[in-house]
Amino acid sequence: MPDETHVAIASATDIVTARQKGRALAIEMGFESVEATLIAAAISEVSRNIVEYANRGEIILRASRNGARHGLCVVARDEGPGIPDVAQALQYGYSTRRGFGVGLPGAKLLMDEFDIISKVGKGTTITMRKWLD
Amino acid sequence: MRVPILKQYDYLVASIQSVLSDEDLLLLRDDLTERVGQYRSKGVIIDVTVLDLVDSFATRTLRAIAHMLKLRGAETVIVGIQPEVAFAMVQLGLTLEGVGTALDLEEGLAYLKQPLKGNLRHAR
Repeated sequence: MPDETHVAIASATDIVTARQKGRALAIEMGFESVEATLIAAAISEVSRNIVEYANRGEIILRASRNGARHGLCVVARDEGPGIPDVAQALQYGYSTRRGFGVGLPGAKLLMDEFDIISKVGKGTTITMRKWLD
Repeated sequence: MRVPILKQYDYLVASIQSVLSDEDLLLLRDDLTERVGQYRSKGVIIDVTVLDLVDSFATRTLRAIAHMLKLRGAETVIVGIQPEVAFAMVQLGLTLEGVGTALDLEEGLAYLKQPLKGNLRHAR
């Protein structure tokens, strides 16, 4: 197993690839199937965000460790327009486009940790983790 | 991959065969809206048994399909949502409000065959 898996995101097809790789890694790490599905769902939402707002970016998947805890870390990175108001973007039901406004807040709900750094004109990096119990 | 659509008497059955990209889902929407007119179908079953995930885009598209087909005079029922898929949808707060759902193909057909269901829906 490589330390990191990078999935380039530039189209809707890549969203499927990213979430399938995420699910496979989760299962390999010992996550229950249900949890792997939640991780895949979170990856799907953050990847779609890249496609819709930044056009391209990447998803990085890796095992994560915090003391005795093991988990899976997903980084979604793009160099797109950035998010002017992160708090608003994380508000459930808020969308600047045609969406439900479920994407980012939804991903946050599905994971144990969710961190977002965004600079207007520079891009957005989302780091999220799910821990194995 | 294009979703095959079978005609069964008054109904259409769209059996999703593999994981779908966003484009595939939009293609399914366009195909169904056209076929419903072509075959004068009264009902449409969309079988999503093979889907390992129904995310916000898929939910939004399935809802749009059902609403569009309703405007074309056909009832839609989504069948085969797997337990884990349902769990993830609930966690994400996604609903298929206003869209018929049934356990599997057989239940889906039974759902569509309920007499007057369409009319009752409209009356509400």
